[in-house]
Amino acid sequence: MPGPEQVAAAIEVLDPGALTTVQDTGRPGWAHLGVPRAGALDEPALRLANRLVGNQEAAAGLETTLTGAVVRLTRATSFAVTGARCDVHVDGRAVGWGATHAVRPGAEVRVGPAHEGVRTYVAVAGGIDLPSVLGSRSADLLSGLGPAPLRVGDLLPLGPPRRARHGSEAVPHPPRGILRIRLGPRADWFTTAALEALDGATYTVSAESNRIGLRLAGPVVARARDEELPTEGMVLGAVQVPPSGQPIVFLNDHPTTGGYPVVAVVVAEDLPVCAQARPGSSLTLRVVR
Amino acid sequence: MQVRRVGERALLVECADLGEVTATYAVLRDRQAELAVTDLVPAARTVLLDGVVDVESVAALLEGLPPQAGDLDPGPRRMVEIPVTYDGPDLAEVARQWSVEEAEVVRIHTTTEFVVAFCGFAPGFAYCTGLPDALAVRRRAEPRSRVPAGSVALAGEFASVYPSASPGGWQLIGSTAIPVWRPEAEPPALLEPGTTVRFRDAGT
Repeated sequence: MPGPEQVAAAIEVLDPGALTTVQDTGRPGWAHLGVPRAGALDEPALRLANRLVGNQEAAAGLETTLTGAVVRLTRATSFAVTGARCDVHVDGRAVGWGATHAVRPGAEVRVGPAHEGVRTYVAVAGGIDLPSVLGSRSADLLSGLGPAPLRVGDLLPLGPPRRARHGSEAVPHPPRGILRIRLGPRADWFTTAALEALDGATYTVSAESNRIGLRLAGPVVARARDEELPTEGMVLGAVQVPPSGQPIVFLNDHPTTGGYPVVAVVVAEDLPVCAQARPGSSLTLRVVR
Repeated sequence: MQVRRVGERALLVECADLGEVTATYAVLRDRQAELAVTDLVPAARTVLLDGVVDVESVAALLEGLPPQAGDLDPGPRRMVEIPVTYDGPDLAEVARQWSVEEAEVVRIHTTTEFVVAFCGFAPGFAYCTGLPDALAVRRRAEPRSRVPAGSVALAGEFASVYPSASPGGWQLIGSTAIPVWRPEAEPPALLEPGTTVRFRDAGT
């Protein structure tokens, strides 16, 4: 057996849960070639996890989905868990969420199912050091760029740690069930009544939601114009309305262009609300200027 | 130019037609660094500016610009030539839609100067314009579940090359061995917006 100094620093995936992907802050800047931005859906949570372990904020970590994940850390290192709150165990011992933990070589880190929210982030000192594609290590589930969703036995190399940092910082309260939106760019494609009703309307988060879009079920957003919209560029947080009238909020893996009118765009600060909205939960829209 | 607000950090410039989109994109692309814009995304009738640092200033600047006429000389363009083997399963269907022989489909495809108007659908998938409206091609009634990478295709007023294998409803007239999408290359897409494209019969 090799000694610990010969074992490469890595994350070994023991159980990826429902869906665990590698995410950093994505690959903006390539939309003109049809390349989605990808990146952590709850970006402030990933940045916080990275700060807690002394990484650059944009370093690559893990994004789990609802059910958590189990990994082994091959070398002595430190890690932090943020985003959706969950139980965290190291070698069977409960440790705190939202704090930095030092671990021995070979430690098993168990990230439990989310108590609230959807996506939990795990940052490990040094960050995940897979080859980057177009400047990012993020998995893009629409185009397939970047590392595939993780499977049992995957080994993710870690970069050199920057500096030791142990401690914690104030972690944000879980986002509430309110989503602020700004009308436009195609609000004029909808009836005045539909636009007025949008402010305060409550929708249920559909189980069909994923990293591409948050699908909402509730009051129909009625169109005032019937013609087809020529395909146009789409932004993160665009609230697109297909013919069903049931809105879809475009999340990080969204297509770069789309052919349905965008009634509004989510306020950037509220994107984590979308990232953490559980299927079956309610979201109330608030129109802001 | 008419400009629409898109949330806090983006603007949408409206254009009269694809020619104006291509001209507007060329002008904005030249000034992208100065405008401090992360993404410029041309599409069918619009150019999206996303990741705009100073939305108010850029909006004011754009609103003060005249529409960019499509017939203006956009300056030197990247030019690529793509050798095609015209063996596509839908070559006969396109000939039928155009009421010509298959050889005439090849002649039209190889003598038209195309320009990449925009990308979308998949990384590196280019929408190339140049066909006259009268030669718009209807899509297949049943999309294929898998179209091979390198398939040369037509749909509507557009020509394209599938950059990777994917489902698709375009009519396939041939194939090329030239990769149009290589994420590790610079630029990663052979057919960037604004590129002039000529298809050549690889069999001649």
